[in-house]
Amino acid sequence: MPNVMLRNNAAGQLVFYVTKKDHEETVVALEHAGPGAWGGEMELADGSRFYLEPFDQPPKLPLTVRVKRL
Amino acid sequence: MTMNRQETEQLIQEVLEVYPEATGKQRAKHLMANDPSLEKSNKCIVANKKALPGVMTARGCAYAGAKGVVWGPVKDVLNISHGPVGCGQFSRAGRRNYVTGHSGVNVFNDINFTSDFQEKDVVFGGDKKLAKIISELDTLFPLAKGVTIQSECPIGLIGDDIEAVAKKSARDIGKVVVPVRCEGFRGVSQSLGHHVANDSLRDWVLHGRDDDPGFEATPYDVAITGDYNIGGDAWSSRVLLEEMGLRVIAQWSGDGSIPEMQITRHAKLNLLHCYRSMNYISRHMEEKYGMPWMEYNFFGPTKIAESLRKIAAFFDGAIQENAERVIAKYQPIMDAIIAKYRPRLEGKRVMLFVGGLRPRHVIGAYEDLGMEVIGAGYEFAHNDDYDRTFKELQDGALIYDDATSFELESFVERLKPDLIGSGIKEKYVFHKMGIPFRQMHSWDYSGPYHGYDGFAIFARDMDMTLNNPCWQKLKAPWQRASAETIQAAA
Repeated sequence: MPNVMLRNNAAGQLVFYVTKKDHEETVVALEHAGPGAWGGEMELADGSRFYLEPFDQPPKLPLTVRVKRL
Repeated sequence: MTMNRQETEQLIQEVLEVYPEATGKQRAKHLMANDPSLEKSNKCIVANKKALPGVMTARGCAYAGAKGVVWGPVKDVLNISHGPVGCGQFSRAGRRNYVTGHSGVNVFNDINFTSDFQEKDVVFGGDKKLAKIISELDTLFPLAKGVTIQSECPIGLIGDDIEAVAKKSARDIGKVVVPVRCEGFRGVSQSLGHHVANDSLRDWVLHGRDDDPGFEATPYDVAITGDYNIGGDAWSSRVLLEEMGLRVIAQWSGDGSIPEMQITRHAKLNLLHCYRSMNYISRHMEEKYGMPWMEYNFFGPTKIAESLRKIAAFFDGAIQENAERVIAKYQPIMDAIIAKYRPRLEGKRVMLFVGGLRPRHVIGAYEDLGMEVIGAGYEFAHNDDYDRTFKELQDGALIYDDATSFELESFVERLKPDLIGSGIKEKYVFHKMGIPFRQMHSWDYSGPYHGYDGFAIFARDMDMTLNNPCWQKLKAPWQRASAETIQAAA
C-alpha cells in the first residue's frame, strides 16, 4: 500500500509519484476517468499496475493517496 | 576524440575487468553509454543504491544533506549539531553559502553550535542537555528566529526523543524548534538527508504563518527554491527575475530565513533550481497551497534565455516583454564574453562528476564556450535525474553513477579529458595526474556561476584553469627538450 502523489505534468499527463522512492512514472491507463467515478485500476508506463479506491468526482490534483499494488 | 556508444561500452567493460565477479556485475549496472533518445532511465541505469563495500565512494551522509545542504544556508536559525563535536566542526562554513547580516547577531550559519556529546551523554541520554542548550542559545542570540536539532549518528542509536524536547522548548522560548532526524547512517547518501530536511520543513516550519493575513501578495510573486547561494548564486539569479518585473519573496535556502519560508505559500510560482534536493517540498506546496513549480537552469546564456522565456510564459504579456528586454540587454555582453574565451576553450573536452544536479545543468554553459562534455556522473542522483540527463548529454558520452575513485581515475586515464569538474576529494588526485581541474561543488572559492553575471565568471575561471601555464611545467626540462634544441646546444 504505497503512498503516492498524483499530479498532472506540463504535458497534461497524469503522473504517479512514489514519495518514499522518488519514483516518478506516467499513468497510461486509468479505469474510471470520467465524472461519476475517478480511480480504479491504473497502469503505469513501466507496466506495473495499481488500484485506487475510486472517488465520486475527479479530485483536485495534486493529491496524495494510498494505492494497492496489483 | 569522441567515442561512439560501442566504444564507450567497450571501455566500461575493460575498466570493470579488475573487479571480482560479483562486484563487477553490480558496478556494471551503474555505468552506461548515453543514448539521447531514451526517455526512462530505470531500464538502463541503477541509481541511489548503497555503495559496495571495499570501493571508494565520494558520497556523504544524511547529516551532510540535511545540515550541510538544506538547513545550513538558512541564515536566521541556530543549527545545533546534536551529537559529538566533529560532524559540525568539519562541515562548518565549507560551502560558502553567502548571506547578508551580522554574524552572531542576526546571522548564524558560519557558527558551529554543538551539544558536544561525551560518554556520559551516550549512557544517560542527551535530552536534558539539549533542552538546556536551546534555552541558553535563546538567551545568547535573541534575534535568532528558530533552532534546529540536526541529529548525528549516536542520537538515533541511543533513541533520544528529540521531538519531545523540540515541542517543549518551542513552547518555552516561543520560537520554531525543528527536530531533524538526519542521523548519518540513514539512507545510502546525502540524498536522504535532503528528503528528511524537506520533511522537517514541511512538518515544523512551513505552516507557521498560515493564519497570518498580513502579507500583501502581488500577482508577480515568485520563490527561488533549491538555490543555496554558493558564492552568491541566488543573488545573481534573483536580479534577473527582478529585472523581469517579478518579485522574489523567498529564497530556499541560500540567504533564506524562517519568515521567508513561511510566506512562500503566497508566491504564484515556485522556481526550482536544484530538483534533487528540493523537489519534495515543492511537490508538497503544490498539493497543499496549489502553487505550481517549474524547473529552470541559469547556467550559460543559452539556458538562461530559455529559462527566462519559460518562466515569463507563466505570467502576462508585460513580463514576457520584459524577459525579451532582459535577454536583449545581456546578449551583447554575453557575446563579447564568448568572443573572448571561446577561441581559447573551443573543442576542449570536459568530464564531470558532481552531486545531483550540476552534471546536467552546466552542460549548456560549457557548450556555449564551445566545449564538449564527454562524460558525466552523479554522486547521489536518483533515476528521475538520469531521465533528465540523457537529453542534455551527447550521444555515446559516458555516464557513471556513484563512480568509485578507481573507475573515475581509469576513465580519465583512457579518455584524457582537458578539464575535470568534480569535488575536493578528487581535485588533488587529478592535479597530480596533470589534468586541469575545477571544483564544481562550491566553485573553487570563486563564483557566482548562476545567471548572466555568473557566466562571465564561469568563462574566466575555465580559461584560467585550462590555459594556466603551470600545466606545461609538469615535465622536467630535459624530458621536454626536443631533438632540435639538443642539436642546437651541441
